[in-house]
Order: sequence, then structure tokens, then C-alpha cells
Amino acid sequence: MIESIEFRLLSPEMIKKLAVVEITKPELYDIDGFPVEGGIMDPRLGVIDPGLRCRTCGARAGECPGHFGYIELVRPVIHVLHAKLIFNLLKTFCSSCGRYLGEDGKKKCPHCGEEQKKIKFEKPFTFREDGKNLTPVEIRERLEKIPDEDLEKIGFKGGRPEWLVLTVLPVPPVTMRPSITLESGDRSEDDLTHKLADIIKINQHLKDNIIIGAPDFIIDDLWELLQYHVATYFDNELAGVPQARHRSGRPLKTLSQRLKTKEGRFRHNLAGKRVNFSARTVISPDPFISINEVGVPVVIAKELTVPETVRKDNIEELKKLVRNADEWPGANYIIRPDGRRKRITKENAEEIAEEISEGYVVERHLLNGDVVLFNRQPSLHRMSMMAHRVRVTPWRTFTLNLCTTPPYNADFDGDEMNLHVPQSIEARTEAELLMEVQRHIRSPRFGGPIIGCKQDHISGNYLLTRKETRLTRSEAFELLCSIGVVPEIKKEKLSGKEVFSYILPEGLNIEFRAKACRGCRKCKKENCEYDCYVVIKNGKLKTGVIDAKAIGGESGRLIDSIEKNFGTEEAHRFIDRVSQLGILYLQKRGFTIGLDDFEISEDARKKISRHIESAKQEVKKLIEKYEKGEIEILPGLTEKQSLEMHILNTLKRVLDVSGEIVAADLPENEAVIMARSGARGGIVQLVQISGCVGQMTVFGERVHRGYRNRTLSHFRPGELSAEAHGFVTNSYKTGENIFEFFFDAMSGREGLMDKSLRTKHSGYMERRLMNALQDLRLEYDMTVRDNRKIIIQFLAGEDGIDPSKSDWGKLDVRMIAKNVVG
Amino acid sequence: MALNVLEHVLVPKHEILSEEEKKRLLETLNISEKQLPKILLNDPVVKALGAKEGDVIKITRKSPTAGKSFYYRLVVKS
Repeated sequence: MIESIEFRLLSPEMIKKLAVVEITKPELYDIDGFPVEGGIMDPRLGVIDPGLRCRTCGARAGECPGHFGYIELVRPVIHVLHAKLIFNLLKTFCSSCGRYLGEDGKKKCPHCGEEQKKIKFEKPFTFREDGKNLTPVEIRERLEKIPDEDLEKIGFKGGRPEWLVLTVLPVPPVTMRPSITLESGDRSEDDLTHKLADIIKINQHLKDNIIIGAPDFIIDDLWELLQYHVATYFDNELAGVPQARHRSGRPLKTLSQRLKTKEGRFRHNLAGKRVNFSARTVISPDPFISINEVGVPVVIAKELTVPETVRKDNIEELKKLVRNADEWPGANYIIRPDGRRKRITKENAEEIAEEISEGYVVERHLLNGDVVLFNRQPSLHRMSMMAHRVRVTPWRTFTLNLCTTPPYNADFDGDEMNLHVPQSIEARTEAELLMEVQRHIRSPRFGGPIIGCKQDHISGNYLLTRKETRLTRSEAFELLCSIGVVPEIKKEKLSGKEVFSYILPEGLNIEFRAKACRGCRKCKKENCEYDCYVVIKNGKLKTGVIDAKAIGGESGRLIDSIEKNFGTEEAHRFIDRVSQLGILYLQKRGFTIGLDDFEISEDARKKISRHIESAKQEVKKLIEKYEKGEIEILPGLTEKQSLEMHILNTLKRVLDVSGEIVAADLPENEAVIMARSGARGGIVQLVQISGCVGQMTVFGERVHRGYRNRTLSHFRPGELSAEAHGFVTNSYKTGENIFEFFFDAMSGREGLMDKSLRTKHSGYMERRLMNALQDLRLEYDMTVRDNRKIIIQFLAGEDGIDPSKSDWGKLDVRMIAKNVVG
Repeated sequence: MALNVLEHVLVPKHEILSEEEKKRLLETLNISEKQLPKILLNDPVVKALGAKEGDVIKITRKSPTAGKSFYYRLVVKS
């Protein structure tokens, strides 16, 4: 067992000791195509061709781990990745005697009195002293002089500092840089091999020049070139160094590039793992499957398998599956008790079915009701991966209930999702107990239901539970039976509320204000004239209309109450039923919107334009006041900023007032129903379509960007009016003019930019958080501890409350008391 | 110095646990001293309290959800 690992520097002696051969020749192969001895592909470095044996260890390709070689550098070079450390060492030790200069790096050596000259480090590998270049030879000499005791003083560990300047370069084995034989028979070498060849060529060249006694400048140039090649061999993305390139112009992938980044060895190959028994396709909606189900295409169900051990009680069923072979529901493999696997085919199916007995394992196809994990990236949540029940479908996409869309943040514009099949009983049980969808109805983020109804579910239930809705006995029967409730109905005519009550659990009591509540000054409660006060007594809906506040995701009070008082299973059933009830009622009634729905009366239009006019007048007055210097200055703002603030508030109010006018004027049509019930859109959208689009903002201010002192060349410089700074008088229905359109586009683009920048940021923050917190754990004694069992928190979250089991993050003591006392 | 950090509004209540209390704390949590969160001996609060190395400091913090929450830190040399 490995107990610890220490990272140290390699000494030149060690490099030579590790090596099996000195590499001196830049050639790879001779004329006959055999690797040259002493070349970079020397046969002693290991084998990569199948069939051959290693010249060093005698093992075959795949068994031989490869062996290092070495290159003796004629002149030493700086190890770029240690350049910063070398610089720090040069600064802290005396240039003459090599002793430690003391805490703050004194000017004069306290040991030999030598004056210390200022050393400058020029990235990536040049050192200067007094404007003169320090050669690696000089640097190495200085580092050699540093005594071990002084190194200990500053905590320098892992070897001698002079090893930071390379005199010998290890040559990695060929197994690390295999060459590829192309179809044409040509060999294509690895980037590292190319780089090593460059190093050897220059090294050889430098050696020759030194031997013939070439002038200094030639030797210096070659030395510099050797330094460049060795530097890019370690890292080819150094700042200020031109990248070493392949003949095609592609930058070489050298050592650092192999390890770094998401595609590097660490994050891609070591931290990233690929799994079996998983599938991925496009998702699409199916409102008629339960929220904890997932539709799985047969083609996938036939590929993914569950191993099942043959027992007395399941042998007959498994035999049936084996006989079906690749016909769903069938099986793909059997595993005999001795561990041998056998593929089941049409031909041998009968034979195998006869063969199996207790102790065999059958790898059967996915069946309806199997537990699987379903996931959508980015997995930011624990709800991003939940357990679903399989329902095999003849289609080619995964299908999921619309209500489970919010926890995954999924939509159906081409999203793909992943599915994993747990292989052991333990895994399946754990998934079932901890991860099933209904256990995640309440989000730990805010302690309310995250899974709830959306869009048509809400419109449908809103329409159904309105005061005037009446259904005949047969209509009610049809509705309820198709959602799986078989009611006992005696009356000939039923109100929508009565029908809705059939899906409420008995004993449910709750009162709350609906989303449609108009916020009257004095609430009349049960007698609300708009039917916006919901009262449910003993599972019967007495008054009030059901809308987003009752059954919507993130707000649904009804779902919340049912989950809390009747448990997750009841809440699960309820969500399935309400959502289907809403859709079916809507189908019966018909629901459509058109341009006509946004038609407002002449009277209202006039009112709005009058209002806009008065707002513009007000702005004009504000501008006049400002010019006279009489503007009311707001705390912390300049005159100009105060004016902007006043104008922005005035113009923003236009939208609110227009909203009231539009809301009062529009008849109760489908668009209004959607806005009022919270199914989709709001009053703001209605107003923007039919009344007035309103003020456009960029960075929370009116539009100021564009030309100098003005937004567009069509306005006077310095003009402060509403139109010149992005106020849109028109509605989407009347159509924006060119200026308005431009401002609208500016404001729209800001929204898009924000969104894309935010996701990038939050993704990185998530990664950092996960890496920092990954081994924190909530122990059974309610403390939070890390993997060394050191306490981080004495009581989880300071209060010991699980937010996913709380009332919007708190304990509602009053409500608990009410429930207990009754 | 004129400022007493312990009196600052943003500094929660700190107190030194007695030997007896410390023993009981470690027993109830079933941990050794080393598993406690740490605080440096040269921390301003520790200096103000005059705590020694090996003391345990009890911090009483206000919490919006729990009312009061307790935290314990062991005084250590850097």
C-alpha cells in the first residue's frame, strides 16, 4: 500500500541512473526503417510495436512500461517552470559566498560583506544583474555555493537548488510518445518526439561549434536556442515566447499541455470517468405519465440491462425473458455460477432457458417500473439527478412529465438528458429511498415545492374552479375517470369546485389568498367578490379559485400543505392528478389566444396616451427645473443623477398606470386569464403589447450610450427628453418607430449578455465550491465534519433545520400549534 | 490601545471554558481536542480575553433562524 508520496527534484545523477541509454543522435530511423541506436526511438526505450520484445526488460508491448533515456546538455539551461524559484533563491542568498542574506534581503552580505547587486528577472528565463545577462552557468555556480543549513532555514526541501538548472535532460520512454503508422505506411511521430529531436539537433550543433572554437556570439545564439527548445519542451504556452510549431503551423502539444486544463490528463483522464449502463437522448414532454416516471425508448431498453440472480421465485419469469432473447422484454447475457458469460441469441435462447438454474445471473432488459437515475447537466443541484421509474415507449426520445421540468431546468427545444441504471440491489434501494422524484418536491433552496403545475395546468384549473363553471354529471365522470379517480356522483349538475374537490385528500384544511388577489384595502375573505380567497375545509374547496399560488411550482401552497400533512406519496398523486385535470378540462373547453385578445377600447387608448403625454410634460418640467438649478437633490447623488432618477421614476410609473388601465379595460379573455392565474405572462406583457412598451434601460439607467452627448444623431446634443433616451411610446401592436426599435434592441441585448455572462461565472463558482466542500459531511450527531472528522459546525446550519423539510426555511411554530390544538 | 475588541458591536460574545466545561464538551461530542476548530493565540479576541494555549473559547453568536448558536474554538500557537 502506498502510504505517502513525496515530490522532489531530480538530480542529474538520478536522471542518469534512471536512464538505460544516452541519446545522442537526432535521427529516428535508418534507411531500412529500423530505429537508430542512440536515437530518440532507441529500441532500449521500450516497445510499442506488437509482437516485438523490449531490448531492456524483455517484455512484450503493453507489458513493458518503457524506460527512460537521457540527453547530456553541452551547456546548462534554466528549467522554465522553476525560473521564479531560481530568481527568489538568487535574491535571498549572497552572490559571492552563498550564505543567507537575512529576513529582508540585505544590501550587504552579513557573512562576507559583499555588496549585493540588484538582480532582475525577465520572463520567462532571462536574469540580469547590473544590465548584464547572467548565464545559466553562473547561476548554477551561485546556487551550488548555498550551504544546506541555510536552505533548511528558509524551508527549501526536495533536493539541491542547483538541480533547478538543467545539465541533463531525461528522455521519456517511447510508450509515452508512441508513433502512429498511417495507412500510406508513413510514420507520424508524437509532438514530444519532434521536440526532443529539436533539442538534440541544437545540442549537437552547439557541441560542434564549441569544439571548432566558433566565435562567442554564435555560441551564445545557439545556447539561447537550446534554452528556447528546452523551455518549450516543458511548456509551449509561455508568455512572451513564440510557440513551437509543427510543419503544418499547429502549435506542438508539449508536457504542460498534456496535463493542464479541462482536456488535460488530470481533469479529462484521471478525474473524469466514463460509465457503462447509461444512455442519452433528446427529451420531450408527456403530461400523462407520472412525475416519477421516465419514458424510455425500446431501443434503449434493449441495450441497458439489469443483472438479476436466478431464485426459486423468479426462475419462471426469467426463463420467459431468456426465451424472448433480443425481443423486448428479453435478456442479453447470462452469467454462469463460474463467472462465464454467454450472449443470448435467437438461436440458443431455448437451450439457455433450459440451462439456467438457481445461482445463475440473467442480464435482462430494462422493464417497466425499474429504478433508474435521470440527470441533466449542469448538475447544480441535488435535484439535477433524481430516480425515476421506467416506462418503455415505442418512441425515440426520453419523455418526462412537464412538472419535473423546473428541478432539471429542462425544456424541450432540443435538450438532451442522461439515464443511468443502478446495477445492484443496494444501489437501487438507495436510489429509491433517497432520490425518487417525490422526495424532492420540496426544494432545500427555499423550503417550498419546486415541482408543481405549469402553464396549461394552471389555466385549466383556474377555469375549472371559477364560480360560474358548471359541469354535467357525465362530464364530471369523464374528467375524473380519465385521471384515475372513480367518483360517486349523485347530483346532475356539479360546480367546478366540487369536481376539483374530488382530488383533494380528505381532512385537508387551508386558507390563503389566490394569485389573482387584487390586494383590496379591506379583505372580505370568504366573501371576496373576485373569488380570490381560497378556503378548503376537510378536503372540500369552498370558495376561491385555484391558480399559480395554489398549485404552481415555487409557490404552490396546496402542494406544500399536502406534502407536509399527507406525505410525499399523497403530494405525488395530487400533482399527477391536478396537472392532468387542468389539461383535460382545457381540452374540453378550448383555449386559444390571438391578436384580438389585445384589443383595447378607444377610450382606454386615449386614457393611456393622455397619461403618457402628462408624463412627458412632467419630464419637461423636471428638465426646466434642472436647468434653473431648482431640482430636488436626492441624498448621495449629483444634480444630474437626481434629475435622471426623477425622470426614470416618472417614466417607469407610466407602465404601472397603463397596466391598471389595460387591466380594467380588457375583457376576461384567454390572454388575461393566463396573466391573472399566473400560468404565463403578466400584466406587464399585456400592457407592452396593447398599451405602451415604456422606458428602455441599460445598466439600470435610461439609454445614454451612442454618440457624444446624444444617443443618436437625430437628437440635439445634450437633449434630455424622454424620446431621446429610450422611452417607447408605442405598443408592440401599433409598432415601434426606428428609434424606439433601436433602444428596445439595446435593452434586449443587455438581457442576453447578462444571462450568458452570469452562467459562465456561476459555473466556475460552483466548481470552486464543490472542490472546497466535497468532503464535508453531516454526521449523525448533527455536526458537520470533514474527512479527518474535524468539526466545521457544531450544529448543521447553526439551527439544525433541514431546509427541505421546513416552511420556507423556518419552523412555523404557530401553524404547528394550530394543527396540534385543532 | 483604547479599543476593547470584545465590546465592538460586530464581535459576538467570547468566553473561556473552564477545565470542567471543556471536558464535558469533548465528552458530549465524543472527540479529541484536536478535532475542534482552531483560533490563533495572537488573534485579537484571544489576546483581549487573555486565553492561553489549549483553552477552549465559547462563542455565542446571534442567528436569524436559531436565535443563539454556539461555537467552540481551541486556542493554538501558529
